Amino acid sequence: MRQKLMLALTGIAGLLLVRNLYVILLVLPDEEHQNAAYRIMFFHVPDAWTAFLCFFGALAGSVLYLAKNDLRYDGFAASITEVGLVFGAANLATGMIWGRVIWGVWWAWDVRLTTMLVGWLIYAGYLMLRRAIEEPTERAKMSAVVSIFAFADVPIIFFSIRWWRHQQHPEPATLPPEWWAALFANWIPLLLLAGIFLMIRMEQERMQRQLDGLRRTVHAF
Amino acid sequence: MDTRNFTFLCYGLMAAWLILCGYVATLAGRERRLKREVERLRTLVEDRERTG
Repeated sequence: MRQKLMLALTGIAGLLLVRNLYVILLVLPDEEHQNAAYRIMFFHVPDAWTAFLCFFGALAGSVLYLAKNDLRYDGFAASITEVGLVFGAANLATGMIWGRVIWGVWWAWDVRLTTMLVGWLIYAGYLMLRRAIEEPTERAKMSAVVSIFAFADVPIIFFSIRWWRHQQHPEPATLPPEWWAALFANWIPLLLLAGIFLMIRMEQERMQRQLDGLRRTVHAF
Repeated sequence: MDTRNFTFLCYGLMAAWLILCGYVATLAGRERRLKREVERLRTLVEDRERTG
């Protein structure tokens, strides 16, 4: 049942992506100053939204773990953080490529880019911390605290464009309506993919808990 | 389309998809490893239960 659902979601995501690529590459006209390169934005921005949503999910999972002491919430937080990091990496990589062609540099140390990179590194640190602690409940508690603190960076990334006005990064609010429509249309398949990754990852967390239990049994003999 | 900008557009799309495909490969590898390890420990526990 789970596999059928994942296959169905993958199929829908694939079809939507093909349709969106057609619109992005062949229907929308070139931008006056950026020509074709502006189309990177239709993956760059939804990647960021997906990553933010995942980090919010990680915050919720971490708070729920601390409130209810249920390791399933910790597994959810770990899984969704990893998925968020993947979309965050895609956001950073596509942003760098766009920056190279538009600004002439791979990286600019403005607030939006820097806070996104810092956020990505903090969440990568969260996953490294999890590998460093063997005892599951201690690992869950420490990671939950780190995840809650890490989320403080997300609103700073999101509002940085309004709070620091002298940045290089363009302001998305100034986009034409048909670009917004394409951005949201391309967000749907990326969200579906994130959901599929999350389902796979949570199943792996369940297997990891089973593995921890088996290891304890082996040591008890 | 401007050729240079189009090239960078291709790089951008490739980077986005390579990262996602790389993650899928990582997930698949991890799943295989976990299944193998669970199976190995199950056999070990069963063996010890039989002998102990």
